Amino acid sequence: MTASSEIGTAPKRGVLHVLTGRPERPYANPYTAGALLGIVLFLSFFITGNGLGASGGLNRMIVFVEDLIVPAHIDRTPYLIEMAGGVRNALDSWVVFVAFGALVGGFASGWFNGRLKAETKKGPRISVRTRWATAFIGGAIMGYGARFARGCTSGQALSGGATLSVGSWALMMCIFASAYALAYFVRRLWT
Amino acid sequence: MPPFPLHLESLVGQYGSYLVFLLIGFFFGYMLEIAGFGNSQKLANQFYLKDMTVLKVMFTAIVVAMVLIFGASALGLLDVNLIWVNPTYLIPGIVGGLIMGVGFIVGGFCPGTSVVALATWKIDGLFYVLGTLFGILLFGETVDNFSVFWNSTYMGRLMLPEWLGVDTGVVVVGVVLMAIGMFVGAEQLERIFGNKDLKAEPKRRFLGAGALVGLAVVVMLIGQPTTADRWQAVSSVKEAALAERQVQIEPGELLNLLHDHELKPILLDVRAEADYNLFHLERAMHMTPEMLPERLEEFQLEGPTTVFVVMSNDEQAATDVWKTLVAESVPNVYILSGGVNGWLDTFAREDARIQPAAQKAPDSLRFAFAAALGSNFPAAAPDPGEHELEYPTKIKLELKRGPTGGGCG
Repeated sequence: MTASSEIGTAPKRGVLHVLTGRPERPYANPYTAGALLGIVLFLSFFITGNGLGASGGLNRMIVFVEDLIVPAHIDRTPYLIEMAGGVRNALDSWVVFVAFGALVGGFASGWFNGRLKAETKKGPRISVRTRWATAFIGGAIMGYGARFARGCTSGQALSGGATLSVGSWALMMCIFASAYALAYFVRRLWT
Repeated sequence: MPPFPLHLESLVGQYGSYLVFLLIGFFFGYMLEIAGFGNSQKLANQFYLKDMTVLKVMFTAIVVAMVLIFGASALGLLDVNLIWVNPTYLIPGIVGGLIMGVGFIVGGFCPGTSVVALATWKIDGLFYVLGTLFGILLFGETVDNFSVFWNSTYMGRLMLPEWLGVDTGVVVVGVVLMAIGMFVGAEQLERIFGNKDLKAEPKRRFLGAGALVGLAVVVMLIGQPTTADRWQAVSSVKEAALAERQVQIEPGELLNLLHDHELKPILLDVRAEADYNLFHLERAMHMTPEMLPERLEEFQLEGPTTVFVVMSNDEQAATDVWKTLVAESVPNVYILSGGVNGWLDTFAREDARIQPAAQKAPDSLRFAFAAALGSNFPAAAPDPGEHELEYPTKIKLELKRGPTGGGCG
């Protein structure tokens, strides 16, 4: 580092530095990370009888907000009434805690491994704004599909895959098949 | 009974159980992050064959968890009947999967990974999570327009071994081998499309693959517990309960149960069809031992207030079915004390169409009927107001262990 650049960068202090000051480490080997994830998945089944889930937690969060704004609408919609009918709290479910835990765990790992960074990951040929738009659109399609399939990649593909559910295996193949089939047509987004 | 899964709520209370789920979620998120799943470009590269991390992580996790789950079950530590297996709704699942694939390649995440991206301050992760919430909201608002389709092709708790008609252990070994084959292919693709030097990859991975195959073979050789094995494991306790008549309920208690609005009785009449057609209790389901296996999974999923009552003419056949149900972890199962004969002794005395007859064989009907009216006799649904019966109360609701809903419920 040259002298001039040292003058140009004020030393970072405070909370932000505590969060982002750690050196960035490379990602784990995929097989190692996969094996660890598999052990977590097993322990979840072994201790609680339930697998992992993410979209179910997000689902209940959005229903919770909906219940605050339009409670009567919830009580008229069969799909929503099970989660938040009457005074039932949509957040009162284990899957909400798993999803919230995942947020905290992801943050902890990001901090520990020096990967907390406000940035937008994108392909080289698109602008940041385009990436934000495609992220929102892709998310909306995924959210719709995940509820349609009664579970996302975590709740169906991982959990159902490990317990050998026929439906989950079919669904997993369809996710990969459809993403591969479309990849060529949206290559501008990523390559 | 295998000690796991635990009944968390009775062990650590509701908030304690939420803490456990919070911890599980924590490690879930942590592992996703160290795998690089907070990075959309890395996830998307999977579909341009440059970086097969998604496939490697997912299938390693699936096979490791699968080998451990069925290994724990083979050792009698884990009751697989009590873990949540996603029910199969084939066509809606396929349609949903195809939609999800589009969301994956356009948005660069799946819901779990976008949460981790958000947690590590990725702005595209934030937009994706917002999009997901919007999509979920949209689904909740539209599903009632196509709920018939959404609930179609329901196949229940269908697992690959049952579907393929082979042993669970064989499927476990097969899935491990298939995954390793995919990993070999994935590494070749990375070499060709991602210019990766395979020699730089750690050699330990071969060791890991070998260990996994070895474990899977051991799981296959031990085999999954059969109903007989499962009965063997609980027989000392349950034989005592049978001998002390703790599970044989009197006709009076059954009559009371049938009129208890807080409980859901399911009556299983295990006699031959001819006997069932002559006379059976109102609402009794005809369920011979041969018909039982395909209904077991449905019974295991019944709620905590369901009470099963098994009946035969006397008690022998009912006791055998009771043993199967108990061994297969169906909760709250009882036997009608004295069977249908005992029931008729109690409730059919004044019906001229039902006359006592000689019993020809053990556990056969000792009544003659003027006509085969099934449940159209008054004795099939006696009025509890007309009968003052005293009985020892034996039904005690067990706490239901295991999951109440799926990972995305």
